[in-house]
Amino acid sequence: MEERESNQAIRPPTASKNILQWLKENLFNTWYNTLLTFLAAGFLYVVLTGILTWAFTEANWGVIPANLQIFLVGAYPRAEIWRIWVVIYTLSVLAGLSAGIWGGLALRLALVIGSLGGGIGIIVAFFPIVPWNRLGLLAGVVLLIGSLFWSRRSKGLRPWVLGGWLLSFPWTMIWLHGFGGLATVFTSSWGGLLLTLILAAVGIVVSFPLGVLLALGRRSSLPTIKWASTAYIETVRGVPLVTILFMAQIMVPIFLPDFRIDKILRAMLGITLFSAAYMAENVRGGLQAIPRGQYEAAHALGLNYPLMMLLIILPQALRSVIPAIVGQFISLFKDTSLVAVIGLLDLLGIAKTVIANPDWLGLQAEVYLFAAVVYFVFSYSMSYISQKIEEALGVA
Amino acid sequence: MADLENSTDDSIIICEDVHKWFDDFHVLRGITTSFERAEKVVICGPSGSGKSTFIRTINRLETHQRGRIIVDGIELSDDLRNIERIRQEVGMVFQQFNLFPHLTVLENITLSPIWVKKTARSQAESEALALLERVGIEEHAHKLPAQISGGQQQRVAIARALAMQPRIMLFDEPTSALDPEMINEVLDVMRELAASGMTMLVVTHEMGFAREVADRIIFMDEGKIVEEAPPAVFFDNPQNERTQLFISQTLQH
Ligand SMILES: Nc1ncnc2c1ncn2[C@@H]1O[C@H](COP(=O)(O)OP(=O)(O)O)[C@@H](O)[C@H]1O
Ligand SMILES: [Mg+2]
Repeated sequence: MEERESNQAIRPPTASKNILQWLKENLFNTWYNTLLTFLAAGFLYVVLTGILTWAFTEANWGVIPANLQIFLVGAYPRAEIWRIWVVIYTLSVLAGLSAGIWGGLALRLALVIGSLGGGIGIIVAFFPIVPWNRLGLLAGVVLLIGSLFWSRRSKGLRPWVLGGWLLSFPWTMIWLHGFGGLATVFTSSWGGLLLTLILAAVGIVVSFPLGVLLALGRRSSLPTIKWASTAYIETVRGVPLVTILFMAQIMVPIFLPDFRIDKILRAMLGITLFSAAYMAENVRGGLQAIPRGQYEAAHALGLNYPLMMLLIILPQALRSVIPAIVGQFISLFKDTSLVAVIGLLDLLGIAKTVIANPDWLGLQAEVYLFAAVVYFVFSYSMSYISQKIEEALGVA
Repeated sequence: MADLENSTDDSIIICEDVHKWFDDFHVLRGITTSFERAEKVVICGPSGSGKSTFIRTINRLETHQRGRIIVDGIELSDDLRNIERIRQEVGMVFQQFNLFPHLTVLENITLSPIWVKKTARSQAESEALALLERVGIEEHAHKLPAQISGGQQQRVAIARALAMQPRIMLFDEPTSALDPEMINEVLDVMRELAASGMTMLVVTHEMGFAREVADRIIFMDEGKIVEEAPPAVFFDNPQNERTQLFISQTLQH
């Protein structure tokens, strides 16, 4: 009994401060902090009132809903847009199934995707667009949640869902491009957010394993592999992405004149090869932090090189560099906007064409702000997911 | 004294004039000895004398550059298949435990049986739990290594090595990184293992353990075997003066 009382006596004091106390302790505790607080508040006031006044009185937001379709999908023909919905629904179902089967991280990811979809749906609802679109997004969210609950804890579905993810890329491409009796939509009319997302997704999904292989290559004990990887990484890191994109446009046709490689494919190639070099350096940083004893223990247990890397070394190396890797994903996502220089109309490219349209002259601020918000929403989602991954793995 | 001439059919490890260099540094300078099945050998000697390097050549964590090493009838060479076979027969316990920090205790133990030996997961898990019970920590099966004490980690490391059902166990200073009060819990597990008939090569400074468990003690200095003898002879009547000095220094503190 006494013991318990003394235990209670040494409990930490509970934090029961009210807002005023908090303000006093954090913002007005010294005279210079008080001064800084006032300066910052004044600055915020001026900037925010400026922006808000402009946004609500002067800005002409009509340009966004009027061009929403080309912002989202570029010149993709209106009559074929249902095919994009097929793709969105497929991915929603896959995301929902993964969340239901694996729970944990997959669940969080699906929730982020779902709330992105729901959020965009709500925003779209405020603009006078075809009501069909609103229902479309809602259907996606419903599919996601439905497949989530339907598949809860059915582990037997795992191989199917993994296979589904593997096939999701060719599946997406086939639907977007057209097959069988469907009209062909050439990649030259793919654009807007659709193109940005495709470029970023391919870049992320392909450059990650490539980067891991390059990092392992750079640490290989075989000289040829080591030199080749090092030379590749250093070369690519010494050249700006714009240059690589131009070279992919100009050099590939020179070296392979008989192949007519699609322009978007060449952009994907450039972005992926560029990002892989940076990914490799991030992964190498993680590999360097693994003590030699881990390799020795793995060897001593009879694990061969691939098993040792997959089961012991990479899981530890990668989780220690998640922030750097996600940072690389985010810059890749934003760097896709550079494809505008080779004539592709991604989200930013579309923004430029909209501004150049005589109907919408002088509306740069509105259009660029809109593009910036879209980039921000996706980048911040990735950053948020990365924080959640770190928390789940206990490395934060 | 066992050397090549009197290595018998029962020899499970045969070392014949083993040399090793780190760059220009001659670490192992002609080691010739052999180990019998179920023999317990303690290897001691001053720091830097090549004890770790020597036992690490036996599962080829280090390569030797001259001489021959034959483990259970398989000669160690660059042939990868031989190395993988030998590593399945030779378990190793390290000074720093080297548990896999991202896996639970149970996963640490089942990893190699599942992936290398292709044992069914359920069987690997029940075997692992039996091993954990044998080393006295079954209640920690689902914790991460960082959540248990050093002595417990080292016992997990022993269980992990045993899960591959090795014929030989190598120990490289298994208690040197432990707080004093945890040394005995690890030595107890090793005593039990010795009694079960395992072939054991143990690098250690625990002379009490050596006297009690070893069939033979090898004393190394500057990359050579200076003296090898049963514990009674080794401690009470050492022949070499470096051995005498080492024993007097080690037993003093
Ligand atoms: N990987 C290595 N590279 C270079 N020198 C090494 C390496 N490992 C050990 N050595 C050197 O070899 C000698 C013997 O080391 P070791 O076998 O660890 O000795 P012991 O275990 O008897 O203390 C020491 O001088 C050590 O510095
Ligand atoms: Mg040593």
